[in-house]
Amino acid sequence: MVVQVDGPPPGAVRTRSRRPEREHRLARLDVRYSPYLYVTPFFLLFAIFGLYPLAYTFWVSLHDWDLLGVDPAFVGAQNYTQLMADADFWNSVVNTLGIFVLSTVPQLLAALWLANLLNRRLRARTTWRMAVLVPNVTSTAAVAIVFAVLFGREFGMINWLLDLVGVDAIDWKANRFAAWTAISAMVDWRWTGYNALIFLAAMQAIPRDLYESASIDGAGRARQFWSITVPLLKPTIIFAVIISTIGGLQLFTEPRLFNSGTNAIRGGPLRESQTMTMYMFENAFAPHYNFGYGSAVAWLLFALIAVVAAINVLILRRLGGGARKGDR
Amino acid sequence: MGVFSRRRLTAIALVTVTALLGTTACGGDDGAADGGPVTLTVDVFGQFGYEKLYREYEAAHPGIKIVERGTGGNLDEYSPKLTQWLAAGKGAGDVVAIEEGLLVEYKANPQNFVNLLDHGAADLKGNFLEWKWTGGLTADGKQLIGLGTDVGGMAICYRKDLFAAAGLPTDREAVSKLWPTWQDYVRVGEQFKAKNTGAAFLDAATNTFNTILLQTAGNTTGYSYYDTTDKLVVDSNPAVRQAYDTTVDIIDSGLSGRYGAWSEEWVSAFKQAKFATIACPAWMTGVIEGNAGPDAKGKWDIAQVPGSGGNWGGSYLAVPKQSRHQAEAIELAKFLTSAKGQIGAFQEKGPLPSSPQALEDPAIVNSTNAYFSDAPVGKIFAAGAKSLKPVYMGPKNQAVRTEVENAVRTVELGQRNPAQGWTDATANARKAAAK
Repeated sequence: MVVQVDGPPPGAVRTRSRRPEREHRLARLDVRYSPYLYVTPFFLLFAIFGLYPLAYTFWVSLHDWDLLGVDPAFVGAQNYTQLMADADFWNSVVNTLGIFVLSTVPQLLAALWLANLLNRRLRARTTWRMAVLVPNVTSTAAVAIVFAVLFGREFGMINWLLDLVGVDAIDWKANRFAAWTAISAMVDWRWTGYNALIFLAAMQAIPRDLYESASIDGAGRARQFWSITVPLLKPTIIFAVIISTIGGLQLFTEPRLFNSGTNAIRGGPLRESQTMTMYMFENAFAPHYNFGYGSAVAWLLFALIAVVAAINVLILRRLGGGARKGDR
Repeated sequence: MGVFSRRRLTAIALVTVTALLGTTACGGDDGAADGGPVTLTVDVFGQFGYEKLYREYEAAHPGIKIVERGTGGNLDEYSPKLTQWLAAGKGAGDVVAIEEGLLVEYKANPQNFVNLLDHGAADLKGNFLEWKWTGGLTADGKQLIGLGTDVGGMAICYRKDLFAAAGLPTDREAVSKLWPTWQDYVRVGEQFKAKNTGAAFLDAATNTFNTILLQTAGNTTGYSYYDTTDKLVVDSNPAVRQAYDTTVDIIDSGLSGRYGAWSEEWVSAFKQAKFATIACPAWMTGVIEGNAGPDAKGKWDIAQVPGSGGNWGGSYLAVPKQSRHQAEAIELAKFLTSAKGQIGAFQEKGPLPSSPQALEDPAIVNSTNAYFSDAPVGKIFAAGAKSLKPVYMGPKNQAVRTEVENAVRTVELGQRNPAQGWTDATANARKAAAK
């Protein structure tokens, strides 16, 4: 590569000497406004794909809006008041929260344990670390279909295994807790490895000397894990919880494909595993095509996520100070 | 790994939440160029049996290429997609199949479809059974949305090997004589069950319920969930109650395999010969063949349905206004719904023609189905088709039917007793109708 060593191009020098005040002003404008220019793409995209749908959904939710109809009638908050008294809606809220808790708690515990294992000296360490991420790169639909077959009432492998140990067949799709468990298993299978890698990354940032001095003080592996690893991982754990919250509250593909056949969108004969997003779909699209009502469900889902996220932020604030000290 | 700032987390949260709100299915674009060869997309569900007809049409019309989408798919997944395409004004095929239960809802918003009366379809009236033709018209009779394809004449399909194992006759004439009424059908089922063949007598109570309802309604009131003034009559129409009670008898006798209709398990149950009989509208023969697979060829046969007559299902072909090749699409729809097209489809996959000329055609009358032990399907189905009594369907028929069948399903699974099930059915139907 040839490097020019002739000094600044003559033109530039001339301009600067000729119009110093203008150049100066441009530089000031540049300093002041170009950062906004750099962040604009995000905000533009957010406005088009985030804000606009959000506002439009709200507008739709104030109408009696048939998906195919013309001239929807403005009904104010009627969809919302109706929704508040809708037992099926609250059923879907309970299902969503139930599946969320049932999937997130074991998932994060398992991820923590996996990360701890992977953090040790192992043969073929990279292979193991990559292997835990494999479930995450498979398609959700494929996972859901395979699990739906595994959890079949009559031809499913899980019931066959249960039968071997003398447990009666479970109708996974028509039993609320069983359906939640099966769907949680799907979610966990996919996301445990992903969280384990995040935890692993955080674990590797913990200074070795902490463990060394702990060993000198006579702390065993378990003690080290609970007294050093877990406290120092707190911010990461909170991050993982929040991400799982957002994903968990919007669960759709897994429960939808878990229920096959007619009206799968109901999530079982008594709506055993119908999540909020499924209820939204049922109302906005088949069989009701009531876009206004579906949009109201979407907005309440948004509100619920905001509430749960706020709770998370509060926890983050309370724990954040203590954890930050330990963070590098 | 550092601490994520709160602002960043909020941003992530916002983006993720809004990503959800913005999620809608996007239809494909045929991308046909002007002047070049025209590609017509036909959207169907299940089995319409058009493959050979397309090739024939393409050969006769150079420059036209036909692509079919959705073959073998579930109606439940097809209908919301079609509605989204229509609402979005983009994505739908040039010719779309519409099941009769959904046509009612589309008729309320006819602006989405080409008025076939403006394109010479009025001359075709005589090619269809009277009620099938009328079914495609809007309430004011001024717009024709769809041309009829098939009707769903009823029968019972049964597995001969399972009947033999249970010591029952296997010959279709003899089997038909076993069940002149649904009570007889239940009685035969009890005999079958007593022999412990390892299979259930029927697949799912909901399918049988729908069959009994449509038959009873056709023979008595002429309407099912809605009366002809579009008033919801789930709790007052004796036909609904009668069908429910008969279905409860079937459930109480333990005859149902309780496979949720159209679910993965239901499909597996065909393959594994887990039930002996199934309510069998003409179009179901294609479904059975697809689900049970070539291994079961010759093991199935077709008998008369208990009670008499009845129609379940049947579809129409329509041309959405958004089609960019309306003229070509209309011609194709006319061809596929002509007597010749209907005969071709019947020979391919079994949907029963809705054209009286086709129903009298020797190709239909004398036809047999090799998969079903050479059963004379033409005679079995076509004989009753011309005297079929249609059942009127109200505006939210699909949503109401979903609720009622679902209540039947909860009783079948033992989650609700029959009385609770009936309460659920009527209450949920009212709720669905009001939505």
